[in-house]
Amino acid sequence: MEAHVVSNLVVALLLAGAAALAIGVRRNDLWRASAVELARRRPIALGVVGVYLAVALLDSVSWVGGGDAGAGGNALDLHRPRSLIDRAFPLDLDEKSYSAPLASVEFYGGAPLDHPGRHLLGTDILGRDVLHLTLEGTRVALLVGGFTSLIVIPLALLVGVSAGYFGRRIDDVAFFVMSTLASIPNLLLLIALIMAMGRGAVQVCVAMGVTSWVGFCRIVRGETLKLRELDYVQAARALGVSEPRLIWRHILPNLMHLVVITFVLLFSGLVLFEAILSYLGIGIDGSWGQMIDQARDELARDPIIWWNLAAASSALFALILAVNFVGDAVRDVLDPRTLRERQ
Amino acid sequence: MSGALPLLRAEGLRTWFPIRKGILQSTVGWVRAVDGVDLEVPVGRTLALVGESGCGKSTVGRSLLRLVEPQAGRLWFDGVDLLRLAPGALHPYRRAIQIVFQDPLASLDPRMRVRDAIAEGMQAFGIGANEAERTERVAALLARVQLDPAQMWRYPHEFSGGQRQRICIARALAVEPRLLICDEATSALDVSIQAQILNLLRDLQAELGLAYLFITHDLGVVRYLADRVAVMYLGQIVEEGETERIFGDPRHPYTRGLLAAVPSVDPSRRGVRAHVRGDVPSPAHPPSGCRFHPRCPEAFERCPREEPRLVPVGDGASRCFLAEGAASTADPS
Amino acid sequence: MSDPVLVVRDLVTSFPSARGRAAAVDGVSFELAEGEVLALVGESGCGKSVTALSLLRLVPKPGRIESGSIRIAGREVLSLPVSELRRVRGKEAAMIFQEPMTSLSPVVTVGAQVVEALRLHEAIGAAQARRRTTQLFDQVGIPDAESRFDSYPHQLSGGLKQRVMIAMALALRPRLLIADEPTTALDVTIQAQILELMRDLQRELGTAILLITHDLGVVNELADRIAVMYAGRLVEEGTREQVLGDARHPYTRGLLRAVPSLGRRGERLAEIAGVVPTPQERPIGCRFSTRCPVALPRCPTDPPGDTPVAPGHVVRCHVVAQELAR
Repeated sequence: MEAHVVSNLVVALLLAGAAALAIGVRRNDLWRASAVELARRRPIALGVVGVYLAVALLDSVSWVGGGDAGAGGNALDLHRPRSLIDRAFPLDLDEKSYSAPLASVEFYGGAPLDHPGRHLLGTDILGRDVLHLTLEGTRVALLVGGFTSLIVIPLALLVGVSAGYFGRRIDDVAFFVMSTLASIPNLLLLIALIMAMGRGAVQVCVAMGVTSWVGFCRIVRGETLKLRELDYVQAARALGVSEPRLIWRHILPNLMHLVVITFVLLFSGLVLFEAILSYLGIGIDGSWGQMIDQARDELARDPIIWWNLAAASSALFALILAVNFVGDAVRDVLDPRTLRERQ
Repeated sequence: MSGALPLLRAEGLRTWFPIRKGILQSTVGWVRAVDGVDLEVPVGRTLALVGESGCGKSTVGRSLLRLVEPQAGRLWFDGVDLLRLAPGALHPYRRAIQIVFQDPLASLDPRMRVRDAIAEGMQAFGIGANEAERTERVAALLARVQLDPAQMWRYPHEFSGGQRQRICIARALAVEPRLLICDEATSALDVSIQAQILNLLRDLQAELGLAYLFITHDLGVVRYLADRVAVMYLGQIVEEGETERIFGDPRHPYTRGLLAAVPSVDPSRRGVRAHVRGDVPSPAHPPSGCRFHPRCPEAFERCPREEPRLVPVGDGASRCFLAEGAASTADPS
Repeated sequence: MSDPVLVVRDLVTSFPSARGRAAAVDGVSFELAEGEVLALVGESGCGKSVTALSLLRLVPKPGRIESGSIRIAGREVLSLPVSELRRVRGKEAAMIFQEPMTSLSPVVTVGAQVVEALRLHEAIGAAQARRRTTQLFDQVGIPDAESRFDSYPHQLSGGLKQRVMIAMALALRPRLLIADEPTTALDVTIQAQILELMRDLQRELGTAILLITHDLGVVNELADRIAVMYAGRLVEEGTREQVLGDARHPYTRGLLRAVPSLGRRGERLAEIAGVVPTPQERPIGCRFSTRCPVALPRCPTDPPGDTPVAPGHVVRCHVVAQELAR
């Protein structure tokens, strides 16, 4: 199947999943109250995150065909899948090289542009519109944060709950694996994995996932150890509830608040981590990190070219800031103690 | 012990917890929480298990349910030794023995509605043909413990402490047990609420023929509720017998010390005397000979050297050398 | 007759709640004479602990003392500047708490903690402070006082920790000791030891004690006078014999009948139906009227005044007032 068809399917699935989650939250009183409280505390940050999500979503729905190559465009482009965001920009928008934001002439040399004043954030070394690039980077960022978290969290839950609940042998094995992984410097392991698996977006996400799950796993294990000894778990055992059902009904739901908090905080950490990877040349193509990396050369020029760097950094900064605000509020809202106080 | 077969009989129950130290987590010693306990719970009656912190009474409760696995001993129920059963074979017996814990808030999953909490045991044992029938049973159970059935869709935190304890009792009753272990079930409640719960437990016993193993440190509650009493100290039973005999004619210095230490609310009776000196030793290092001898006001030369056995006294027993001498002149009532 | 060591008048301490502020202590007044033991009795949520904390202005935020007067050894505590207040705390009035585990710092030896309290208020050298502390440990019955000085709290049992707390509280010979559930967390045999100790020390040092507890048995052992609290207000006050032997308020009587004591078997325990009302549910009149077995029609709307039943024995109840009027 074509890559873009797969990605559209994934997006549809994610949307369906999000809708199901929303319905589930609405139906459960406890979660709904927490969601309302969260919206009350951080409306702006949530709004910002929402905008980014929308952009990423729009950039993920892509198909081939339609549109018009335009005067200076390449007709081959019409056969490549283009997303909704892509279609907001005319195909032949590219210039020849750098131009400042809203400028009408090239930056070096002063030759007139094909589309004067049309580049809100200027163009990069290849003449590509920086605004377009920045918007595309949103999708990559969300892919990095979201997809990797979807690898990390279930893995950490599986290992952590098993180790914490069943203890002894399983715990020893899990402990050994975790400690070994934690002892290897993350970056080296990552480079090794990427060299082995290749440099695609999915591979980079998987590699980051493998190096990031240990921290959360430890937390889950500790919390499971604690939950296992609580009276209501013992009471359920006395009532004859089977162990799988016990874990599903009593342990996992009481770990969910940790999952949500970790997901949000992990997200921003992963996006930043990918920026560092890009700096080392092993990031994902099209990410803000890569834009920032390219900006290194540009800073050395005279006069300085700043808009590429500024656009990518600001977009990155704004997202991370918003996610962190939301993350802190989520932690406060879902902390069992504040949960009890509100009740 | 009297005629009829007891509902539950424990013999030589031993539950020890390992103390692990060092990188390899090797076992350097054992906490002898339950160290050779025999007890019998009569059908439809109440046995109180009394003792102070560290005596192992809570561990006894959990061992009977195998929530904690004993190292040794036998547990006879319906002619079967429960401790020898594989975990799968134990499942049907879980129905017969249930437990109510001390902290009603910690005993209920905060994210589960009350109705689901009570129905959980029913699901595990296939009681009730479908969800609707289980809901009906939950309503009946709530009414029986004097709670409004319409409240079943609420969460535990919306109830008061006494109400939560009633919910826990309803949950235990849902599987139709024959023995209910109450592990300090009223200790965390205010006096006025405690009275409500104690009365409820008495009524349920009369109505349903339930047997109780009532684990507590409160001697007043024991006198009110129990038919027989077993006094525990550092993992062992030190005295056992009918309630009236224990309160009227205690034969072990620890029992006497316990009774003398409880303050009365009668203004004309003042002046509790602390006969029992010092602190409870660690269950990991029990004293030699009679475990109570360092604190015993009546200890003599034999006590640190030899471990006393349980000696028959009346229709019960006492683990004290002093009771041995008196055994020959023991009151046969 | 010397001045009372503690005078509390119309104390109101409130906490924020779902609807405005709720008064945990709602107009409480009492006095404690020199060398006397007054027990403040009630069940959870009645406000007795908050009262104790208010006396030394230790109420945790967001709680707040709204109004009233607290005079310790003649000084108005509520208007003292913090520096003066610190001198009152420890020297004039000391406090011991329920949980010895959390009241002592786990990283400092118990001896050092007592020494710290001593040297905060008196100018004495380290060696002398150590001697005084060891003597105190002896006095409170801690065996091996010399070596126990260097023990950390986690190395001591609950009973020993409580003895350390008592030693620390009495180190400066305060005139007032506030004891908040001092034996509730202890086993009954250890409780008996601590009760004996407190009784002996009280007689020896002549300290006035405000004893906060829910345990009527402990009250019987230690108290000279008793004040019964319910939902933020005092409902009955009198000597030990009066309140325990001749209780008049329906709540006090209900409490006493609900206690399963060693002397009774067979009859049903008398219950008090219902639960303590939340601040939102409190009736304007008598707060116990929602659960009272003998409530009159006027009880929920008309707050009862003080009815003297005997010299020194006061009850706040319309039913009792009515009985007496006959």
